[in-house]
Amino acid sequence: MKRNGIFFWIGATLFLAAALLMTQIIGNQYPFFAGYVILQFIVLAVAWSILGGYAGYVNFGTSAFFGMGVYTAVFLFKSVGAPLAVQIAAAAVIGALMGFALGLLTLRMKGIFFSIATIALTIVIETSITNWRYVGGAAGIQMQRPAVTAPFDNYVEMLFFVQALLVVLAVASSRYIHNSWMGRGLQALKDDELAAECTGVPTLRLKLLACVISGALMCAAGAPAAMYLQYADPTSAFNLNYSVSVLAMSLIGGTAHWAGPVVGAILLGTTQQLLTVTISSEVNVLVLGVMLVLFVVAAPEGIIGLIRKVRRNRNEGEG
Amino acid sequence: MFSFELLLDAVVIGVLLGCFYAAVSLGLSVSFGLLDVPHVAHPAFLVLASYAVFFLNEHYGVDPLLAGLLITPIFFLFGLVAYRLYYETFERRGSDAGVRGIAFFFGIAFIIEVLIILQFGVDQRSVTATYVGKAWRIGDMRIPFRLVVAFGVAAALTILLTLYLSRTYMGRAIRAVAQDQEALRLMGANPIWIKQWAFGIATAVLGIAGALLIIVAPVEPTLDRTYIGRTFCVVVMAGLGSMSGTLVAAIILGVAETIVLTLFGASWAPAISFAMLLGVLAVRPQGLFGRLS
Repeated sequence: MKRNGIFFWIGATLFLAAALLMTQIIGNQYPFFAGYVILQFIVLAVAWSILGGYAGYVNFGTSAFFGMGVYTAVFLFKSVGAPLAVQIAAAAVIGALMGFALGLLTLRMKGIFFSIATIALTIVIETSITNWRYVGGAAGIQMQRPAVTAPFDNYVEMLFFVQALLVVLAVASSRYIHNSWMGRGLQALKDDELAAECTGVPTLRLKLLACVISGALMCAAGAPAAMYLQYADPTSAFNLNYSVSVLAMSLIGGTAHWAGPVVGAILLGTTQQLLTVTISSEVNVLVLGVMLVLFVVAAPEGIIGLIRKVRRNRNEGEG
Repeated sequence: MFSFELLLDAVVIGVLLGCFYAAVSLGLSVSFGLLDVPHVAHPAFLVLASYAVFFLNEHYGVDPLLAGLLITPIFFLFGLVAYRLYYETFERRGSDAGVRGIAFFFGIAFIIEVLIILQFGVDQRSVTATYVGKAWRIGDMRIPFRLVVAFGVAAALTILLTLYLSRTYMGRAIRAVAQDQEALRLMGANPIWIKQWAFGIATAVLGIAGALLIIVAPVEPTLDRTYIGRTFCVVVMAGLGSMSGTLVAAIILGVAETIVLTLFGASWAPAISFAMLLGVLAVRPQGLFGRLS
């Protein structure tokens, strides 16, 4: 574990250094536009799997948290002109509160009831924002990007790097949870909540904690999106596509290990970026649906599960 | 401004609308309420049925209700196959079936949405029939004829399904399998086949419900997202699997929607069913007419 930890942090540092280097070398803006979206999906998928993967509570409210992040940023920027860092921090706090509220509201719900409740939450919040004139209402709101700060040449590069930082934060949190007592507790309550409770796992506190961490990360990931698009409207900010994409990414990568959602998000996120550019966004959603169904049916443990299986078989062959 | 006439108007329209909501929720009441299948693709199948009706109406001039009847056998077979697939891949394997089952049906819903978009485009579609567009006038009240048609068909559908489940051998078997699958197996029946049959019925009902959907208002490919809230709200509020409860819950939803619409405007409408659903789930998860387990 100790050695793994060192490797992980070396990897994370290298990743950030590479991201920073990219912003300095590559002049073309397009890679950052595409890369930003993939990084954003990594954060969302990793955050989702803290609750959905470790604890087995299928959250369809990713878009609720993401959209709240977007609108926290919009509100703060419009009212006090808050800088990006403040927007993200505030979004994380709002997300944590939302996660806590969601946890409290849905304590007694399991399985599909929990999932449906999270969809319901999304639509209710979306409708409230749609009816809130100050942040643009149904028509949406234009956002002016503020001046860039050194060492970046333009705002998109900066957003790209900020999202890369969030990726490291999210993955580190998820990895820590996975390897600690929290991960084991969540795993226990996923397998059998009643049995876990009886053997002394504080299931209630663990669930709330997972909701809070997952919500804070999702909301934080949404905060820069308004600046990225220079525009925010409720229909796209709260689009159910985020929820399903993130669910698909986590399940395709595999939810039993912290690396699963990362693998899934990179794979599916890249595919989606390529498809949107080369064919159309409809086909992109079709591919998402088909991949989701295929993986759920044929490879329930995801890519990480497949890799493990291959390894195990090889080991058995040698022994 | 608020007036008594306006409220009465809202209540009458609400009751009619509610019966329509009951019709679109009946199938889910069987598949989710009785069989415990996390069928989030139910509204997607509903919209698919609407587009099938639209196709028959547009190209062959078939009456929408007749078109709805014509596609029921296809939907029935479709349901049989879908349940077998679901059973083989999820229920029999057991582990983690819940999580992956929901994901599976969401994937299916997305695929249906995109296929409709690719085939018919994103525009709204509606049907033509003698009863679409006309209205009844009673005093100052204006009752759209299409709502009355939907009301009649919905009521008939609810009564038929209730009778089927309580009077026929197969119907009773379906209710029995929902309560105790093992007991039924011991008595020599095949619970999987009964469930498959029930799922077929639940999907077949969607043929007619889809016809009602496009009669009541124009449809668009992503309409299923709104109906996730409406159908699940009705079924959960009814207390899983209760047919008469479904009718009452749907009427409550219909009246609530029209009243909010009259008082606060259309922009709040999408949230009503979802807000009610959240409220019911948080306060009384067993539904208004459900038993405490």
